Amino acid sequence: MSTLEIKDLHVSIETDQGTKDILKGVSLTINSGEIHAIMGPNGSGKSTLASTIAGHPRYEVTKGEILLDGEDVLEMGPDERAQAGLFLAMQYPVEVPGVTMTNFLRTAKTAIDGEAPKLRTWTKEVKNAMEKLRIDADFANRNVNEGFSGGEKKRVEILQLELFKPKFAILDETDSGLDIDALRVVSEGVNRAHEENGMGTLLITHYTRILNYIKPSFVHVFVDGKVAEQGGPELADELEANGYDRFLTPAAAAV
Amino acid sequence: MTETPEKVAGVEVGERRISIPGFTEEGENLAAETNSAADHTHGGLGESKKVTSGAGSRANRHIGFDVSGFPEPTGREEEWRFTPLKKLAGVLSDIATDGAGTDQEPVDYQVSGAVEGVEISTLALGQSPRGAVLQPADRAAAVAYKNVDDALHIKVTEGTEVAEPIRVDITGKAAGVRANSHLVVEAEPNAKAVIVLEHRGSADYNGNVEVKIADGASVSVISLQRWNDDAVHVGQHDAEVGKDAKYKHVAVTLGGSIVRLNTNFRYAAEGARAEMYGLYFADAGQHIEHRTFVDHNSPRNSSDVLYKGALQGETARTVWVGDVLIRKEAEGTDSYEKNQNLVLTDGARADSVPNLEIETGLIDGAGHASSTGRFDDNHLFYLMSRGIPEDIARQLVVRGFMNEIIQKIEVSSIRESLAEDLERELRISGH
Repeated sequence: MSTLEIKDLHVSIETDQGTKDILKGVSLTINSGEIHAIMGPNGSGKSTLASTIAGHPRYEVTKGEILLDGEDVLEMGPDERAQAGLFLAMQYPVEVPGVTMTNFLRTAKTAIDGEAPKLRTWTKEVKNAMEKLRIDADFANRNVNEGFSGGEKKRVEILQLELFKPKFAILDETDSGLDIDALRVVSEGVNRAHEENGMGTLLITHYTRILNYIKPSFVHVFVDGKVAEQGGPELADELEANGYDRFLTPAAAAV
Repeated sequence: MTETPEKVAGVEVGERRISIPGFTEEGENLAAETNSAADHTHGGLGESKKVTSGAGSRANRHIGFDVSGFPEPTGREEEWRFTPLKKLAGVLSDIATDGAGTDQEPVDYQVSGAVEGVEISTLALGQSPRGAVLQPADRAAAVAYKNVDDALHIKVTEGTEVAEPIRVDITGKAAGVRANSHLVVEAEPNAKAVIVLEHRGSADYNGNVEVKIADGASVSVISLQRWNDDAVHVGQHDAEVGKDAKYKHVAVTLGGSIVRLNTNFRYAAEGARAEMYGLYFADAGQHIEHRTFVDHNSPRNSSDVLYKGALQGETARTVWVGDVLIRKEAEGTDSYEKNQNLVLTDGARADSVPNLEIETGLIDGAGHASSTGRFDDNHLFYLMSRGIPEDIARQLVVRGFMNEIIQKIEVSSIRESLAEDLERELRISGH
C-alpha cells in the first residue's frame, strides 16, 4: 500500500512576459489501487500538475510538497522519481532519434528495477504486452516514437506503463487524439496495470469519454490552478451534462 | 512492329526501366541545374546554412600533380568555403617535412601486422605505382605529394588473405610542426586485407593515401583520427577499385583541432562494390570536415556512402560534402549516399551537402539523403522520466546513432575502443 500526497502545491513557469503562476495550492491524496480523474477546462493547470509530479525542469515549485510514502519527491530528479515508482504517460510523447524501442525499454527497465531483466522472460513479456496493445512487432526495432502516429505514441506510453509497473501513473490526456478503438485498447492496458499491480492512477482528461472505460472512484474539478470541487463518479456525469460553466465565476474568468 | 528489348547491357529499359524525372535514355547533365538551384538546402535546423554552389560538374574539377595548378585558396572556392583557412596555413604551404631525412622527423610511423605475403617498401617520387591512383584534387594533396621523398608502400601479394589487420600507427610528436606523408596500398588480384591507419599525438599533418585494388581483391581502410586537440590534419585518400573487387573506407574522426579529409574512389572495371563510411564527434573548437567523391566512371558498379556525426559544445563545427558522379558510360550503376548529424547542444553547426550528378538514365538506382537533428532537453526529460539517469540517456542516444557506422568496422578491438571513446567524448563537455 502506497500513498502519493500532494500538499498545497504552488507552481510557476517563466515566460517571455515574466513569471506566471499556474498552480495555486493543489492538495490531493492518492492511494494504491485508486483511480482519480482530474477534469477541467483548458489552461486550468492539469498538465502542469502532471509535469510537475514527473519533475519537468520547466516547472518551478514555489510552495508546497509532493510526498511518495512520506519521501520528498521534489528533492528527486526525474529519473529518481521514475525509479521510486512514478510514471507519467505524456500528452505529447517525444521522438528520440537513434534509440530503438527494444534498447530503450530494456535500459529503462534496468534503471527502474536496479538490475537488468532476465533476457528471455523479458523479451517474451515485451512481446505479449505489445500484442495486447495491438502494437506491431516491428515497432520494437524502430526508434522511440519516431514516425509513430499520435495513437501509436499513446499505445507505446501504455506499453511502458504495463512493463515498468509503477506504483502511481499520471495519464496526461492520454485519450486526446485517439479513435474509439485505440481508446478502448489503451484503457484496457491501464485497467490491467490497475488490477494486476494495484497501481494508483491520476487520470487527467478534458472529456468524459475515457471515463466510460476507466472508472474513477474520485473526480476532481480543476479550475484556475486549484481543485474547485471534488466528488465521486457522479460529478463526471454532471460535467458531461452541464460543462464547466458554473465553475467559471466572473472572478476566476477575469484572471 | 519492332520488338523492344527488355534489357540493354543488363539494365532494364523500355516500360520496366527505372525512370528518373527529367531524364532521357541519353541522360542529362544535371550539374548546372542542381548547382544553380541556390535555394536547395540540405541542412535542417537553425545551425545549417543554405547551400549555394556554382562550381559546375565535379567532372570538371581541376586535378593534377603540379602545385602551381592550385593557387593559395582564399576561402571563396567551392572546395574551401567551409574551411577555416587561417589555421591551415601550416599544411598548405609548399614546404618539406620539418627535419626531413634526419631522426628529428615530427611524425613517427610504425607498421605492424605485415605477415607473409605482405611486402613493405618505399616508393620514390615517380616510382610506380606511386601516383597511379592518387590524383591531387586540391593544393594540400599536391604539396604533400611533392614533398615526400619516400612513400610508404604496403603490397598485399596475389591471393594473400591477411586475417589480422595491418596497422600503420602514425604518431605526431609536436603541435605546429609540419609533416608530409604518402602511403601507397596495393592489393594484388584476389588479395584480402584490412589496413588500419591510426593517427595520434600532435602535428600539422598533410597525408595522402592511395589504394589500388586489383581484380577480385578486397580491401578495407580504417582511418582513425584520434589526434590531440592541437593537431591539424588534411589528407586525400583515393582508391581505384578493380573488376569484381571490394573496397571499404571508414573514417573515424574524434580528435584534432582541424581535420579535413577528402576520400574518393573510382572504378577500373565492372562488378565492384565500394563503400565509404564515416563517424565523427566534434567538440567545442573543433572543425571536422569530410568530403567524399564517388566517381562512377564505368558500368555496373555499386557504391554506398554513409557519414554520421555528433556535435557538442559552442563552436563545434562539422562539414560533410558528398559528391556522386554517375558518368554517361556508367550504366547499371547502383549508388546511395547519406549524411546524418546529431546536434547535442546549442551553438554547434553542421553543414551537409550531398551532390548527385547523373549523366545516364540507365541506372539501377541513385539516391541521396541528409538530415540534421537535435538532441534536446525534451529527449533528455523523456528518457529520464523513464528512470534512465542523464549520463546514460546521452550515451544511449549517441551510441544508438553511431552504432550503424561502428558495426561496419570489422575489427572488434576498434569497435570496443570506439564505444569507450564516445562515452569519454560525452563527458568532456561537462554533461
